Amino acid sequence: MQRHFHEELAALKHELVRMAALAETMIGDAITVLVRRDAAPLTAIAGMEEQVNAMQREIDETCLRLIALHQPTASDLRFIIGAIKTNGELERLADQAVNISHKAERLLEELPLTTFVLIPRMSSIASSMVKDALHAYVNLDTAQARRVILSDEQLNELKATVTNEMTALMRKEPATITRALDIILVTRNIERIGDHAKNIAENAVFVAEGRDIRHTHEL
Amino acid sequence: MNDAQAKLTVRGLKVFFGQFLALRGVTMDIAANEVLGIIGPAGSSKTTFLRALNRLNELTPGTRVEGTVLLDGEDIYHPACDPVMLRKRAGMLFALPVPLPMSIYDNIVYGVRLCGVRTRARLDELVEQSLKAAFLWDEVKDRLRTSALRLSGGQQQRLCLARVLAMEPELILLDEPCSGLDPISTARIEEALTALKARYTIILVTNNTKQAARVADRTAFFLMGELIEYGPTNQLFTTPHDSRTDDYVTGRFG
Repeated sequence: MQRHFHEELAALKHELVRMAALAETMIGDAITVLVRRDAAPLTAIAGMEEQVNAMQREIDETCLRLIALHQPTASDLRFIIGAIKTNGELERLADQAVNISHKAERLLEELPLTTFVLIPRMSSIASSMVKDALHAYVNLDTAQARRVILSDEQLNELKATVTNEMTALMRKEPATITRALDIILVTRNIERIGDHAKNIAENAVFVAEGRDIRHTHEL
Repeated sequence: MNDAQAKLTVRGLKVFFGQFLALRGVTMDIAANEVLGIIGPAGSSKTTFLRALNRLNELTPGTRVEGTVLLDGEDIYHPACDPVMLRKRAGMLFALPVPLPMSIYDNIVYGVRLCGVRTRARLDELVEQSLKAAFLWDEVKDRLRTSALRLSGGQQQRLCLARVLAMEPELILLDEPCSGLDPISTARIEEALTALKARYTIILVTNNTKQAARVADRTAFFLMGELIEYGPTNQLFTTPHDSRTDDYVTGRFG
C-alpha cells in the first residue's frame, strides 16, 4: 500500500513537471508572436491553455484523493500541500502567457513600435525561473530555490527600464500611446510570471525544510 | 520542561534481558496531564520502556535495569519502593482486554476490594465514576450484575480501562489498547483518553501512528531500543527533525 502511495507521489511530480513544461512553451510562443510578429503560435497557445486548465483540475483531484485515502504525514504531507499550491501558481502563470499573446495579437495589427531587446531577455529569465523553481520543488533542491527567489529582482529592474523607455516615447509621440501601453503591460505580465515562479520556489523551501519563508525577507 | 513540572523524569534508562540490551539509555521528561504517544516499528522496545515505568519487566527472569525513573521526584527503583504500590499508581491496559470471569460490577471493584475498600456506597460510587470516565456507563448501567464476558471486545476494553480508573492511579500506561478494536470502539477509547488527561498522565504505546497523531500531545519515536525523537505531536508529524522519524511516519519503513 505504501509503495503504491509513493508511486502515486512520483506520478504527481511527473504531472507537475509536464504542466510546467507546457507553461514554459506557452511563454516562449507568446513572446514569438510579439517579437517576430508571427501569428502562427496563437492557436497552439489557446490549445495549451486548455490542457493546463484540465491538468490543474486533475492534479487538485489527485491531491485530494491522496490526502483522503492515505492521510499522509511529514515530508509526504508537505509535498502534497506544495503540489496543490504549485499547481495553482502554474495555472496562473500560464494565464499570464495567454495575456501576453492577446496583446501581441493586437500589436500585429499595427506598425511595429520598436525592436525588442529587453523583453526577450525578461522572458528568458522568467522561463528559466519557472523551470528552475519546478526542478527545485521536485528535487527538494533548496539552493536552486533560493537562486530563483533572488533572480526575481532582475525582472523587476528590467521592467522598470522598459517602462521608462515607453513613458518617454509616449511623451514624445502621443500616437504611440496604445502600443506603448500594451508593451508596458507585457512587461507586467512577465514580471507576474516571475512572481509565480518565486512562489513555487518558496514552496520548494517549505516542502524540503518545513520552513515558511514567505513575506519574511529571509532566505 | 524542567524537573519541577515533570511527572516522570527518566534518565539514562537501560533495560537488559540477560546479555541483550533492549532499551539503550533513554532520557526524557514526561509532563503531567498530557498524553504521550510512543511510536516505532516492532522490536523498537516501546513496550519494554512502558513496562519499565511500572516495573513489570522485572517479572521476566534475567532482567536488569540501569538509570533512574523518578515519579514525582521519587526513585521507583529505590529498594524502599514497593512495586505493588507503584503499580497501583501506574495502572496498565493491554492490547487484549482481560475481563475477569465475573460480573461487570465485580470486575471494577476487584482491585479496590483487595486494597481494603468495603463499604457498599463507596464501591457503588467508584463503579459509576469509573464507568462514566471510561465512556461505558450508558451502555451497561442496567446490567452491572451480568457477566463481563458477554460484553463486546470494545466494551471489554473500556471495562478494563474503568477497572484501572477505579484504583485511582496517577499514570495510565496503555500498550496498544485498540489493536483489536473496530474504528468506533477505537474512537470511544480515544475520546476517553482525551477527557482523562485532565486528571491523569497518560502514556500510550501504539503501532498505529495515526492514533498517536490524533490523541497524543507529545510523541516519542523509538527505534531499536533508542529514543530517536521526542517533541510536540504536531511537529513530529509535520516537520520531524530526524530523517528516520520522517521515514517512519511517512511509512517508508516499519
